[in-house]
Amino acid sequence: MNAVGIIFSSINEKSVYELTKQRTMASVPFGCRYRLIDFALSNMVNSGINHVGLVTHYNYQSLMDHIGSGKDWDLARRHGGIKILPPYITAFANSANYLYNTRLEALISIRDFIADCKEDVVVLSDCDTVCNLDLSKMVEQHIETGADITLGVKSSYVSQDTTAAVTVVHSDDNGKVYEVGDYSDLKNGFEDVYVRIMVIGRKYLEEVISDAVAHGYTSFTKDILVRNCKKHDIRTYKFDSYFATIRSLGDYFRTSMDLLDPEIRNSLFGERTRPVFTKVRNSAPTSYNNGAIVRNSLIADGCIIEGTVEIRSSSAA
Amino acid sequence: MLLAGGQGSRLYLLTERIAKPAVPFGGKYRIIDFPLSNCINSGIDTVGVLTQYQPLALNEYIGNGQPWDLDRTYGGVWTLPPYQGQKRADWYKGTANAIYQNIQFIDKFDPDYVVILSGDHIYKMDYAEMIEAHKKNNADCTIAVFDVPLSEASRFGIMTTDDELRITEFEEKPKNPKSTKASMGVYVFSKDKLVSYLEADEADENSQKDFGKNIIPAMLKAGERLYAFEFSGYWKDVGTIDSLWEANMDLLGDRPELPLKDKAWRILSRNDALPPHFVGQGAVINNSVITEGCEIYGTVINSVLSAGVVVERGAVVRDSVILGNVTLKADSVVDYSIIDSDTVVGKGATVGKAMGVSEGITLVGGGLNIPSGAEIPDGIICGKEKLAEIVNKEVK
Repeated sequence: MNAVGIIFSSINEKSVYELTKQRTMASVPFGCRYRLIDFALSNMVNSGINHVGLVTHYNYQSLMDHIGSGKDWDLARRHGGIKILPPYITAFANSANYLYNTRLEALISIRDFIADCKEDVVVLSDCDTVCNLDLSKMVEQHIETGADITLGVKSSYVSQDTTAAVTVVHSDDNGKVYEVGDYSDLKNGFEDVYVRIMVIGRKYLEEVISDAVAHGYTSFTKDILVRNCKKHDIRTYKFDSYFATIRSLGDYFRTSMDLLDPEIRNSLFGERTRPVFTKVRNSAPTSYNNGAIVRNSLIADGCIIEGTVEIRSSSAA
Repeated sequence: MLLAGGQGSRLYLLTERIAKPAVPFGGKYRIIDFPLSNCINSGIDTVGVLTQYQPLALNEYIGNGQPWDLDRTYGGVWTLPPYQGQKRADWYKGTANAIYQNIQFIDKFDPDYVVILSGDHIYKMDYAEMIEAHKKNNADCTIAVFDVPLSEASRFGIMTTDDELRITEFEEKPKNPKSTKASMGVYVFSKDKLVSYLEADEADENSQKDFGKNIIPAMLKAGERLYAFEFSGYWKDVGTIDSLWEANMDLLGDRPELPLKDKAWRILSRNDALPPHFVGQGAVINNSVITEGCEIYGTVINSVLSAGVVVERGAVVRDSVILGNVTLKADSVVDYSIIDSDTVVGKGATVGKAMGVSEGITLVGGGLNIPSGAEIPDGIICGKEKLAEIVNKEVK
């Protein structure tokens, strides 16, 4: 696959500061044995993307521990593989030193990495998401349509209350985007919501970055997608499988409980050709001792169970 | 040097397609994980694994040795198959001949001591302590021994020693054992002595090229310094269906005989990143070990389940060892059995009989499809042909 991946490991950390106080969004533990980055990273690897830049911000020690050499994702490679991109702060630049805040500023700080890539296409992804998606078809569509930017979208229920957390994308019948993030006449109902996965030509991305530096743009969504939506050829790619975004502790809890639903579990972990990879920890199997009672629960290796583990909710299957 | 070429014919169907050391154990391990982990935990970072019988699964499993931290630039794990030389091309004709054929490998690393291990025992042992004892005794060869009941001693190689543990006599499977110190098949040799005795043994046409039968007796006869090293932890030869089942059962209980959650002596293994296991609403699990990728909706009691096992609603598994990706369909019952990987036990089918009533462990081969309602009798070895026979009889 002629594409390089870039994953933002820290975007939206403030929304779950309870969990990200000491770690990145990417290394928030999820689903017993995973960390959130496993989903974004596995999506890329399973789609044939074998060169990934991991953009870091604060406190990325736990993320580095998790990723290691990248071996567990088959990303320990001589060519390509995974590269951790620490914040760009140089020694003798005084005023020029500041830590980026937004996606676009982060991209500006990794211009050299992007310029050195040999791939024609860049796939950008956040990692506050839980999903198992085939990105290769999205990249194919991007190349076929010759679009400048292709945005991954999923039809989701939105209301005026939820607009703060989502970006609604309006496109015509050909998938061409004519409006991004306009909520003036939004009614409660299903809309295409941007899933923070984007495909963009590498040369085009470099232009966007130069442009942003010249104009002092800081936000990819506001300055590039919303304001200049008509200037670019932006298209959508629709995903229809399970997709969850973690933007609050409530989301974190609900998405965790979603895993008890066999259909959701199957759409995340049941894809034979797209397993979710993670750091293999080599824990011993779980021991159920005398007196253990477990119902409707998901349990990782390494546990010892002597008491009761269950869900007491009417919705539990 | 890890001898992993054995066929393990007493494990029948389990070793039909894989070498004994590659036989799965304890949910997410294979037998070879124990000696390999012992090596790395003992500070031995150069290991030759001698393979011969059905090596594909074993080679794949060992790979570059990464799970055991044996993917080294200097040293690491090497698989050593028999090879064609200028003058001869031979299979490994015995344990001693296997090592003899790899003297080149040993010379390459030029160690002071060589540890010889076998790939069919479940135990946790610090070889470094044994090497220490070997050095302290200024020994030529040190043999690890394990105290066995006198009644069982005639199944083992038995050492007689003096008070200092110097070996005075060695008997292979003696009818009237003089001691209860049984050889564990773990040897430490001073390298030069090992090489000279291997060369002499190779030249002897009457020799069976075996450590226990030839090398050790020859060294004793020549008056070399042979010492026993007493080991008192958990050790089990899992060469038979019964002992393999027992060793699996030793993982169970609130205080298991063989604890695997011991952080100080971790047993490492190669495994895939499978999702956590799911326990459904009606499931009952008691005194069992369950690993990743399983889905449990039925009843699991006193059993060890490998990765990806599905126990459907109403199915019951008791006192059994279920290997990877086996599916137990609704209302099937499995008692006192070992079921090899990828087999499907059909709806309402039964395998084996309850422990105590049963005539023995039932062994079901891998990749079989046991039809709904079929009854697999207790104490049998059920491969493809046997299954067809049982099913046909039921139809009549």
